[in-house]
Amino acid sequence: MKRLINLHPPRLPALLMALLPFVLVFFVYVTASNERLAANPDDKILPAMTTFSRAIQKMTSPDPRSGQVILWLDTASSLERLGTAIGISALLGLVLGISLGAVPLFSAGFSSFVASLSMIPPMAVLPILFICFGLGELSKIVLIVFGVAPVIARDLQGRVQEIPRELLIKAQTLGASSWTIVVRVILPLVLPRLIEAVRLSLGAAWLFLIAAEAIASTDGLGYRIFLVRRYLAMDVILPYVIWITALAYVSDRCLAGIGRLAFPWHNRGAGA
Amino acid sequence: MSQSFIEAKNVWKRYGGNVVLERLSLRIEEGEFCVIVGASGCGKTTFLRMLLGEETPDQGQLLLNGAPLPTEPDASRGVVFQRYSVFPHLTVLGNVLLGLELKAPLLGRFFGASRRAARTAASEMLERVGLAGAAGRYPAELSGGMQQRLALAQSLIARPRLLLLDEPFGALDPGIRHDMHELVTALWREQGLTVVMITHDIKEGFALGTRLFVFDKVRVDAQAPHAYGSRVTYDLPLHQSATPKLAVA
Repeated sequence: MKRLINLHPPRLPALLMALLPFVLVFFVYVTASNERLAANPDDKILPAMTTFSRAIQKMTSPDPRSGQVILWLDTASSLERLGTAIGISALLGLVLGISLGAVPLFSAGFSSFVASLSMIPPMAVLPILFICFGLGELSKIVLIVFGVAPVIARDLQGRVQEIPRELLIKAQTLGASSWTIVVRVILPLVLPRLIEAVRLSLGAAWLFLIAAEAIASTDGLGYRIFLVRRYLAMDVILPYVIWITALAYVSDRCLAGIGRLAFPWHNRGAGA
Repeated sequence: MSQSFIEAKNVWKRYGGNVVLERLSLRIEEGEFCVIVGASGCGKTTFLRMLLGEETPDQGQLLLNGAPLPTEPDASRGVVFQRYSVFPHLTVLGNVLLGLELKAPLLGRFFGASRRAARTAASEMLERVGLAGAAGRYPAELSGGMQQRLALAQSLIARPRLLLLDEPFGALDPGIRHDMHELVTALWREQGLTVVMITHDIKEGFALGTRLFVFDKVRVDAQAPHAYGSRVTYDLPLHQSATPKLAVA
């Protein structure tokens, strides 16, 4: 018998094993739901599958009053906020991270400051953002940027500092200036790391988005689930949670794919 | 007394209480192929880093053509390290092109006619070091020997006057190492370079150099091994025909 750490499942069993936990959770849910509904047909905590499909149908068909599809409306506004905020964070994180990592004079002045900034719990400054920027889109985007950009910046700072000293010296012996080293060596070397940093910070970004929407918004995925919570509408909340999870999963896979396509040299065995 | 290409005058280097080099003096003339050998920790790498401009002497002077050496690396001195000498995000051709393009001020890139000229020059250089067939590949796909060929090509296309080699063949197989010796000797002759190479393989030193420096400690205190630093203990002129496979041009 081989050691446990050397046992690898074949392809098909591996796929079935991956599906098993999902099936198991589904089965447990259906059983529990049936039992509760048998005791009380009006129970709202664990709705039946038919109730879900009715709720989903309602959320995905045009609203009789406004004519808008609520799920698409929520998804569009949430993704717009998230996309804008992630874009700004990535750009800010990249510029700050490279400056901190590559320019000692800059990091002497700002390294501790950015480190302190990244330690402030973003939710704690949410009231300040609401007071300063109002309850509109701006404060939500600023919250996400505030929570995500300093983390990306610090991550990239570390990545820049990890670039082997030899490469930077070599570039200098080829006649490079600080600027051409940044644009031809440091920037392309850390871009794949930027994508990884963004992927890792997506979870936090969703957290801040849903929190901000829950507190002050008139649409958005987070707004909706906190709105219908008042009516114990688990038939809406659970599909929304699954939808949010799916969106997060797909965006993560997309970023990973972009990274693989755009940087074919990255993760290709040991570096040169 | 005539001016030497490189001159070290009574150079000292300490790291804290650890004396690495003491009273190091030497002269190197233009066109020489100098090999520095010595045990680990004898300060040969420290000396190379000083020649690069990465370190400065604590005491004494290091002169290039009679003027103090610039205190940061620049295009007058090329270098090939044992590892991390080429850029992993660029193809083989891209790496050599970079040797020309980094001087372009705004984007570090050439466009149009100057780009075509640079590509031609880079392709010729790749041809010269035997990498023409690998132009589109990334360094991670190359063997160690090919990576060092690329590193040489990249350094030499920038036309340095002084080429510094920091154990460049230390990680290579013996057969490939021999090929590299031939390549580096040929390039040194063709381009009229001055080479300073560090190795801990003394045979390699005798095979390649026109001159061999041995760095060692003159004084040793068994109770305080770091109290004294190294200097040149042997300075051997070698015949250029020491590389038997290559006829002197």
